[in-house]
Amino acid sequence: MTTTLQRQRLKGTVESVRGGDLGVIPVVVGLVVIWTVFQILNPVFLSSRNLVDLAMDSAPVGIMALGIVCVLLVGQIDLSVGSVSGLSGAVLAVLFVDQGLPVVVAILAAMALGALIGYLYAQLFNRFGVPSFVITLAGLLAFLGLQLWVLRGKGAINLPFESGLVNFAQLSFVPPWLAYVFVAVAAGWLFVSGFLHARARRDAGLPARGLTGLLVRSGALLIGLGGVVWYLNQARGVGWMFVLFVAMVLVMHYLLARTKWGKSVYAVGGNVEAARRAAINVKAAYTSVFVLCSTFAAIGGILMAARLAAANQSSGTGDVNLNAIAAAVIGGTSLFGGRGTAFGALLGIVVIQSISSGLTLLNLDSSIRFMVTGAVLLLAVIVDSVARKSRTSHGRA
Amino acid sequence: MPPILSLRGITKTFGAVAALTDVDLDVRAGQVVAVVGDNGAGKSTLVKVLSGVHPQDGGTITFDGGQTTIPTPAAAQRLGIATVFQDLALCENLNVIENLFLGQEIRPFRLDDVAMETRSHDLLKQLSAKIPNLRAPVAGLSGGQRQTVAIARSLLGEPKVIILDEPTAALGVAQTAEVLNLVERLRENDLGVIMISHNMADVKAVADKVAVLRLGRNNGVFDAAEVSAEEIVAAITGASDNVVSRRAARS
Repeated sequence: MTTTLQRQRLKGTVESVRGGDLGVIPVVVGLVVIWTVFQILNPVFLSSRNLVDLAMDSAPVGIMALGIVCVLLVGQIDLSVGSVSGLSGAVLAVLFVDQGLPVVVAILAAMALGALIGYLYAQLFNRFGVPSFVITLAGLLAFLGLQLWVLRGKGAINLPFESGLVNFAQLSFVPPWLAYVFVAVAAGWLFVSGFLHARARRDAGLPARGLTGLLVRSGALLIGLGGVVWYLNQARGVGWMFVLFVAMVLVMHYLLARTKWGKSVYAVGGNVEAARRAAINVKAAYTSVFVLCSTFAAIGGILMAARLAAANQSSGTGDVNLNAIAAAVIGGTSLFGGRGTAFGALLGIVVIQSISSGLTLLNLDSSIRFMVTGAVLLLAVIVDSVARKSRTSHGRA
Repeated sequence: MPPILSLRGITKTFGAVAALTDVDLDVRAGQVVAVVGDNGAGKSTLVKVLSGVHPQDGGTITFDGGQTTIPTPAAAQRLGIATVFQDLALCENLNVIENLFLGQEIRPFRLDDVAMETRSHDLLKQLSAKIPNLRAPVAGLSGGQRQTVAIARSLLGEPKVIILDEPTAALGVAQTAEVLNLVERLRENDLGVIMISHNMADVKAVADKVAVLRLGRNNGVFDAAEVSAEEIVAAITGASDNVVSRRAARS
């Protein structure tokens, strides 16, 4: 009984991949290729030390990518997350260092500014119907200007090293024992929730995952995650900032997959008219994702400033913007709306950060990094477009 | 048995255009009434009046024994009148269950997928419909299966009258038969069904009554069992002497 079900599942997976539902396959393949190549070119790449840094560096832009995933799910885009993150870092620094406000107040103010920017975008989008890429392209320039104005005459503001924020982003790591506890809790929670869910389904007479399947799944998580934590613990370990990022991914995954709001986001991205007829408040759905995206961009900016221990006029410029969008797309979020997951942001940013870290280790400057990242983004979009075509021809789009 | 839904003297104008003039219509529980008519005869306007999209300008609507008004789509839903529009408005990226419960999910903050899946199975069983995998995206379904999903969704609110706007318009032969089976299931479940259609064969196959609209007015209500397709066409076009009957006489 279980084996037939599993065989059916497997068959279903193969079919859906052929039909253009690629899920996380491209990103996993990409990651294996990238890691292999960089490891051959420079044996330091896969060392514990480098991977610890890689995880820490992933968090700020990863959080921004998480916001981009939400915006892409409703079929829109935010091109200004880089500028918003830079502005947020600048505001944080000015309030915290120049004005001497408590760091919590400065953080909340920067986040509130991000939320306000998202609300402004949503109003422009809902009221005037301006395409989101134009609104946010205008935002890209305008908020970069505001960032320069906030930092006028200073260029850069250093955050004090002894502050909790900088400490959090640079030096604060989970004690090894606690990291293992986290892993055990995650695996246990996966098993218990899966078991209860399967029992509820069986009680209702619906097919459910067998006990073996559940044990294999949580066992794999325990060993896989445990291995990663053990390897990182050979160096400094798992950074609290990375834990924050993963926690945000989990929360967003829950909101998108298990709440009415999440379904409305997917529905708006899939078919706006159908969503409207189903009495979904479409404008509220748009507003919620724009606000979420800009707020996440602001959080990313705060963490970036903290990691650098400074906010300067070039914070959030360069490839930050594109990295966040590339991470979301590489993680399997469709540019055409309605498809993607929160975990995509996590996988995508690891790919992007791996490329960046690998090229830095090879002593290649940002010129090469920009070109490679651009090419990878293009590749991801091509995969997305081909998959979409394949879905159409298989009647799945 | 009195009609569940009864329209008397329904009038609707758009500016100078009279879309409906003095239209009467009766639907009983467990009865399929086909509404037929040429383009511009007022079929769609009638649907919109009943579904609360455009309230009527004059005339009365009696539903379940009491006189009522249908000012908004939500009011129609509350009364128990469900409408399945021609463009089904399904989300292709969502699966059958998600589409069925879109906008009315059980337990908004922690979706109860077990309850929703059970209820989905019940609904589809009620329609004797077979959809192989409820967890597959709607994108992979045939036209007939999509119509099934759309009809099943309208049954969620437990309506008493269901309006189908051209349910077989874009379907193949087998899929049309599937949808006609569904219409018969609805009748067996004691629902009043109003079916807007262009297709005489479908109308003859499932309807109990055929109401003809012509230029926004009633032009006869026939017993589907007794009337011939030619008579219906004559009523639709408004005369026994017309291009269709002349052509029929020639051949």
